[in-house]
Amino acid sequence: MIHARAEGVTKSFGDTLALDRVDLEVRAGELVGLLGPNGAGKSTLVSLFTGGRRPTAGRVELCGGDPRDPRNRRTLGVTPQETGLPASLRVGEVIDFVRAHFPTPLPKAELVDRFGLGDLVRRQTGGLSGGQKRRLAVALAFAGRPEIVFLDEPTTGLDVEARRDLWEAVRSFHAEGGTVVLTSHYLEEVEALAERVVVIAEGRVLADDSVAAVRGLIKVSRISLSSPVPLTDFDLEGLVAVEQAGDRLHLLTPDADRMVRELVERNVPFRDLEVRPTSLEEAFLVLTGKEHQK
Amino acid sequence: MTSLVLTHAKFQTLELFRIPIAVVGSAFWPAASMLAFVVPFAGDDPVGATYATASMITFAIMNTNLFQYGIGVSEDRAQPWDPFVRTLAAGAAPRFLGRILTGLLMMVVSLAPVVLIAALFTEATLSPLAFLAAIPVCAMIAVPFILMGLSIGYALPQKAALVVAQILFLPLAFGGGLLTPPGGAPGFIEDLAPFLPTGGAVRLMWTTVTDFPFDLTATLALAGWTALFGALAVWAHRRDEGRRFG
Repeated sequence: MIHARAEGVTKSFGDTLALDRVDLEVRAGELVGLLGPNGAGKSTLVSLFTGGRRPTAGRVELCGGDPRDPRNRRTLGVTPQETGLPASLRVGEVIDFVRAHFPTPLPKAELVDRFGLGDLVRRQTGGLSGGQKRRLAVALAFAGRPEIVFLDEPTTGLDVEARRDLWEAVRSFHAEGGTVVLTSHYLEEVEALAERVVVIAEGRVLADDSVAAVRGLIKVSRISLSSPVPLTDFDLEGLVAVEQAGDRLHLLTPDADRMVRELVERNVPFRDLEVRPTSLEEAFLVLTGKEHQK
Repeated sequence: MTSLVLTHAKFQTLELFRIPIAVVGSAFWPAASMLAFVVPFAGDDPVGATYATASMITFAIMNTNLFQYGIGVSEDRAQPWDPFVRTLAAGAAPRFLGRILTGLLMMVVSLAPVVLIAALFTEATLSPLAFLAAIPVCAMIAVPFILMGLSIGYALPQKAALVVAQILFLPLAFGGGLLTPPGGAPGFIEDLAPFLPTGGAVRLMWTTVTDFPFDLTATLALAGWTALFGALAVWAHRRDEGRRFG
């Protein structure tokens, strides 16, 4: 059974193209990570699946119907942005409010217990710490006993223990057969939870594969060196980007060993060679760069 | 459905009353206007004071609803909580109706002082029957202003909503004859007033609490405005997708 489906989905805001012909299927019981840099279109895609927005072109389905129809959202759970919780309401009141929208919600005590909110029930959400707000936000996604949840950066900025607890809660939901779509711009979070990773950048799906395969794909190294000759004279294979900072050149490549070997074989003069792994953000640059070359 | 309406009403009311100054604020202006304009000028004349009180109540109803919904809704839309509520399994109806219940409650809060001041400090008189009749009339004439506020709130961003509500409310009050006794406004306003929502609303109030004759044209015009603002509010709500980016 397909829980969420996007077919040739395009979404534009004025002149800005947020999503460009995206196809995606999430089957029941899957745990999918949507990985991409900020502004890649992840949130826009999620807002289409959760009924917040309409696609400019293409088709979006949630649980077999139009997500804009509230009936198709009865088994949907979503995390609010924790900065947006109504500040003057108490934690318990916010939970009651969300539970009231579902036919068979999780008992309040169970939800509070599962997400460690016991001490906070009487507190106004405006007075919670960032981590506490995040826990409440994630708890709200599970309040209605959903079959599919969309979690937006669920554990970003949490301390290690709180993060483990939340991961545990997500895993146990998944183990009971729940479908999870989680968005993140941290590979670590996606690696910890997801089985399948969909990489999105510049509004397009760049990769849709297992965690291991995507990790290989976005493995990019940075080779730094100083050279008296401009490297643009050499047509180096596997070079995806060059940056210059002072007299230092930074070469980005998926295969550092091969690049170094090639530099040596072709007698490129260089000194002070350094090889380091890159950040995910840089890896995305490389991925999107590759995409352009095709 | 009904319980969901009550849920939305309950939480909106809780949010409002947790910030008491907002409640006090909306009760302050109508009461202050009563004390400043009605008590000293028409307080001794039973007929004049009754008319003026009815006008002031209509003014308060328009004012509370236009601002509460127009600005309240557009503020809410700018909050990241709003897109979340839209993902819950409920259509527009419970939120709309919940808001309207909350608005009616707020109106009671802002009208109570006006009625008290009229009873204590003016010669305004009213039969118990007329008083009871005035309550549903207040609720009824609130509807077009609630819908007008909702249209503004859903159609416009926060700053624009504030400006539009401010620009609208004085011409509506003056043009509808709320600030003058019946027949006391300049001629063109007398001609125009029955066709404005405020004019239709205040005429209904006058008919209820004084021996002002029932004005069918004005009432039909008011019904027309209500339908128009209703359609506009629904359209604006459907079109709205929260903030455009984010």
